[in-house]
Amino acid sequence: MAERVVENLNQALHALLADDPALTVLGEDLVDPYGGAFKVTRGLSARWPDRVLSTPLSEGGIVGVAGGLALAGQSAIVEIMFSDFVALAFDQILNFASKSTAMYGRRVPMRLVVRCPSGGNRGYGPTHSQSPLKHFVGIPGLSLHEVSPFHDNRAVLAGMLATGRPGLLFEDKVLYTSRMYADGVVDELFRYDLIGPDGDVARVRVDEEEQADCVLVVPGGLAARAVAVARELLLRDDIVCQVLVPSRLWPLDTDTLLPPIARAGRVVVAEESTAGGTWGAELAQVVHRRLWGALRAPVRLVHSADSVIPTAAHLERTVLVQDTDIRQAVKEVVSGD
Amino acid sequence: MTATRTEAPTIAPTRLADADLDLLLLIRHFELALLDMFGRGELHGTTHTCLGQEYVPVALRPLLTDDDFVFSNHRGHGHYLARFADPHGLLAEVMGREGAVCQGVGGSQHILRDRYLSTGVQGESVPVAAGVALHLKRTEPGRLALVYLGDGTWGEGAVYEALNMAALWGLPLLLVVENNGIAQSTPTVAQLAGSIGGRARAFGVDHLRVTSTDTEVVRAALTPVLRRVRERSTPYVVELLTHRVGPHSKGDDSRRPEEIAHARAHDWYARYAQAYPEQFGVHDERQRAYVAQVVADVAGRPASRWAEADRG
Repeated sequence: MAERVVENLNQALHALLADDPALTVLGEDLVDPYGGAFKVTRGLSARWPDRVLSTPLSEGGIVGVAGGLALAGQSAIVEIMFSDFVALAFDQILNFASKSTAMYGRRVPMRLVVRCPSGGNRGYGPTHSQSPLKHFVGIPGLSLHEVSPFHDNRAVLAGMLATGRPGLLFEDKVLYTSRMYADGVVDELFRYDLIGPDGDVARVRVDEEEQADCVLVVPGGLAARAVAVARELLLRDDIVCQVLVPSRLWPLDTDTLLPPIARAGRVVVAEESTAGGTWGAELAQVVHRRLWGALRAPVRLVHSADSVIPTAAHLERTVLVQDTDIRQAVKEVVSGD
Repeated sequence: MTATRTEAPTIAPTRLADADLDLLLLIRHFELALLDMFGRGELHGTTHTCLGQEYVPVALRPLLTDDDFVFSNHRGHGHYLARFADPHGLLAEVMGREGAVCQGVGGSQHILRDRYLSTGVQGESVPVAAGVALHLKRTEPGRLALVYLGDGTWGEGAVYEALNMAALWGLPLLLVVENNGIAQSTPTVAQLAGSIGGRARAFGVDHLRVTSTDTEVVRAALTPVLRRVRERSTPYVVELLTHRVGPHSKGDDSRRPEEIAHARAHDWYARYAQAYPEQFGVHDERQRAYVAQVVADVAGRPASRWAEADRG
């Protein structure tokens, strides 16, 4: 049985701390025996007590300290307990860490990753359930990644640090307890491979099936849900759906994403963000501009409602994007022509 | 509590070494030249001068080494010139000309050179400096991170988050507060409850208040502070009651005439000229002429270029 996502992340941090003596991991309640609110940092402080720091409740200050370490040529990984709180560090991300890579007239490497546990479906309510990635789209000098069950987090984190650009890594909380996929196998019907430079985009498809009726592009947090939808579409509706899961969401890796979309001619982009100013809208405008002639239908966006995210499970379901929403969108796009 | 309550000094200033006087005058004439150029429409954007506050970085200059980090703010020309004595690079930066420290991208308030950095958002650099101080403590003990900030900056939460961590972790972080009694247009009494000293003490951080505007007196007061920060690896807040003789930026001084007169009465420039007319006269003229030469030189240069490879 493959490891759980939380174990993969934890092992990634162990490996990075072992590999890089200049790396510091810091955030709230990280040290043992607590090991972080979601246990991602379990066991780290026992091995590296000087480089794994529990901090005061000061998200802006913590990201600032990490920016200072990066400025001094070190590497830093910050854990924000709930990604909602990264709002408190927005100034340090927008005006210091990302700006510093270029605003001094030359390239200044900033090896800094801010990890952000995000998403709903756990009943944590309006300020502990958001997917705030969209608020960081389009900040010059800043990269955005999302954890997926296809991408090994050691490679993802090491790659992010190596770029010298600060980055945010969003981690869908629901994903932590699910299993990583391994060896190119999703289930008895679907397989996956990693395409593009550095294998950044996971491509999930029916075994040996090159032509798809529709491409479904999702961030890592929706990957398992998108795969479940693709499976159902195949078995119940006879629709062949290819799922693309980029590890890096921004800047968009259009060179890798566009060819499969062009081949299918139909694309649905799904994400858990609430409506308005979404990542998917950015992807859609690129697809429309670059693939207008090849599209058989307009790009269809699926996201959560324009609403605060309620706490009670029955209410939360009415706001957050559901598998049925994604399935319905694909069916409409496919049957529309 | 506020700077405006202090009486104008009556005793003569200490006679300075020529090098210190030259540096003070370089900063003064550099900024007067900037205001002059703005007045003639020859500069783009904005600038914040430290007229009247020049003695702060000059007093600190020999107490710092190249291995210390200095974080400056929007009012940073004096800080930069005291560290590098490079009016050409700074003016080229402000004017966007060849030879600019940051290719004209950063401008007056965003400069990075070696271990000197300035940023334009109030309080933002204090946590960053704490991170740098954490690194220094681990790998280069005895070195420190200094942050210049104003009294207005104490409205920013970032300052307190950083002070808290610096105190908890024993970081060699020195906050140098240039308390000029006014935050842009708002008097300190209208924007700062309690006192800066009280706020530092709340974190168990030592605080020293210096009212003198005499370079030598300030230097003597700060010497043991920097020694203590280095030797004990501890944060420290020094608060210098100073006087902003000029406007916040260019022509936006809304203070009453008597308030401006009060700031002027504390200005080291006129007082020093009166106390040491011969030394002052020679050096004042020399720096004025030097800055005029710098302006002519830099103004004649081609525009700065920001290469694609340098765009982050």
